[in-house]
Amino acid sequence: MGDGLMIEVENLTKRYAGHTAVRAVSFAVGRGEIVGLLGPNGAGKSTIMRILSCYLPATAGSVRVAGHDVFSEADEVRRRIGYMPENNPLHRDMRVREYLKFRARLKGLGRGRARERIDVVLQQCGLTEVHRRIIGHLSKGYQQRVGLADALAHEPELIILDEPTIGLDPNQNRAVRQLIKDLGQEHTVLISSHILPEVEMTCHRVLILHEGKILAADTTENLQQLMSDHGQVVAEIGAPLADLKACWEQAPEVEHFDLAPAEGDYVRCSLIARAGVDLRPQVFALACARGWPLRELTRSRHSLEDIFVRVTQPEKEEENS
Amino acid sequence: MRAYWTLTRRELSAHFYSWTGYVVIAVVLFLIGCSFVNLLKALNAEATDQPVTELFYGTYYFWLILLLAAPVITMRSFALEKYSGTFETLMTAPVSDLEVVLAKFSGSLFFFMLMWLPLLGCLLIVRYYSRDAATFDASATATTFLGIFLLGAMYMALGCFASALTRSQVIAAMISFALGIPVFLLSFLSLTFAAETGWRGELFSHVGMFEHMQDFARGVVDSRPLVFYLSFTALFLFLTLKVVESRRWK
Repeated sequence: MGDGLMIEVENLTKRYAGHTAVRAVSFAVGRGEIVGLLGPNGAGKSTIMRILSCYLPATAGSVRVAGHDVFSEADEVRRRIGYMPENNPLHRDMRVREYLKFRARLKGLGRGRARERIDVVLQQCGLTEVHRRIIGHLSKGYQQRVGLADALAHEPELIILDEPTIGLDPNQNRAVRQLIKDLGQEHTVLISSHILPEVEMTCHRVLILHEGKILAADTTENLQQLMSDHGQVVAEIGAPLADLKACWEQAPEVEHFDLAPAEGDYVRCSLIARAGVDLRPQVFALACARGWPLRELTRSRHSLEDIFVRVTQPEKEEENS
Repeated sequence: MRAYWTLTRRELSAHFYSWTGYVVIAVVLFLIGCSFVNLLKALNAEATDQPVTELFYGTYYFWLILLLAAPVITMRSFALEKYSGTFETLMTAPVSDLEVVLAKFSGSLFFFMLMWLPLLGCLLIVRYYSRDAATFDASATATTFLGIFLLGAMYMALGCFASALTRSQVIAAMISFALGIPVFLLSFLSLTFAAETGWRGELFSHVGMFEHMQDFARGVVDSRPLVFYLSFTALFLFLTLKVVESRRWK
């Protein structure tokens, strides 16, 4: 087994009565990676996670976790994963510590070991203060952390979190994201989300899923790089509009530009360069040379959102036609 | 095995986290109390040589408690977990399907037996106030509880099966009621055909729960009802296991 792959999925297909949720999906996740499954609702994210966690059988294809087949060696796989399903189901009538103890014992931890681990995960998830409260009385953010604490309790090699930040307020959201990032240092993490910034911020690598197929799989940086070839530079310069227009028309690297008066005496220039050129130093040099004040200079990085729209859009158009 | 004990404990304590457990116990306590009052009245009116347990069993309250409490106790076992989604966290933990089914069953059965404890209290009261030691027969009491245990096991298994079929507790209760009543009604058939000597008399004499229970209350342990209840319990547990496993059928 060694330091090989944590998840190997080959030609995974899952058919429910009447429709196909996942179509011949293949991917692999190495140890220590944080990978995001990204896709709109109904793309097949939860189905893939349920198959990985041995809850549902695959219709076709092979799925291995840490070298063990999820169907024939389900017990081995279950021991190695911490899974938090969608909507984070909990026994809401139990107290936090009591629930975690129940879950830890269920996962085969001895009495002493369970107590030790519960103290650790309570600390890790910021639950120490509420450990005696009834879960149903806790806020949604705390409940989410209880779910996470449960997933971590038995020190799994692989942590699978289905929509871990759904329904949280921005502060809780940030806390949970930070927690996931921290987890990535010791564990392999697979999270799903339909919220793009979230995946962008936490994951090393993203699989974009749409209608049961993987449309793109790459690191977040590479995907952004892919898009930033057509990067746009925005500059706000304090100069007469006509002068600026003349300047950009003469510049050979500028493929397209757009000028709009901004507040004060400034003009907002949106410049699109030819592929592979970064316009920023030139803009700065120009402003210096002419003595124009420059108060903003940015390259708009494409968020995953743009990538996502670009990757999923053609598909839809084909279908519509 | 550890998972089994952990789960059984959780199943049993789940009855006490919410109101349901207390309500069931309160209602059963009331019904047992009613039958106890009847019993005392009867004892005061005329002397009898039957054991107290048999007198108690002779009231219809016994069957009422069995038929009403069983669906209520078992309806939550699978249906609630499926409804709230915790079934997914449960089944993705390293536990076997068999452990889950057995734990749900034994948790329910344990609660069922707990629920009958007030009866023991009633019998002890009779013993305390009647100077005649013969009124309270320890072995008859033991066999009565054995009978209750066996009947309970059958009805709990049946209830677990019903609960595994659905996500709704109400539907689970209705299914187990709908399955439990006919099993109970077989006893009437056995009374009807008791006089016959043919195959019908033979067949139905084995399924008469009235007679079985009467034997147990008298202190008689017959192997035939033992086999009947245990095999019925095993059958329904097997079916429950298959329903739980069906999730992973390809």
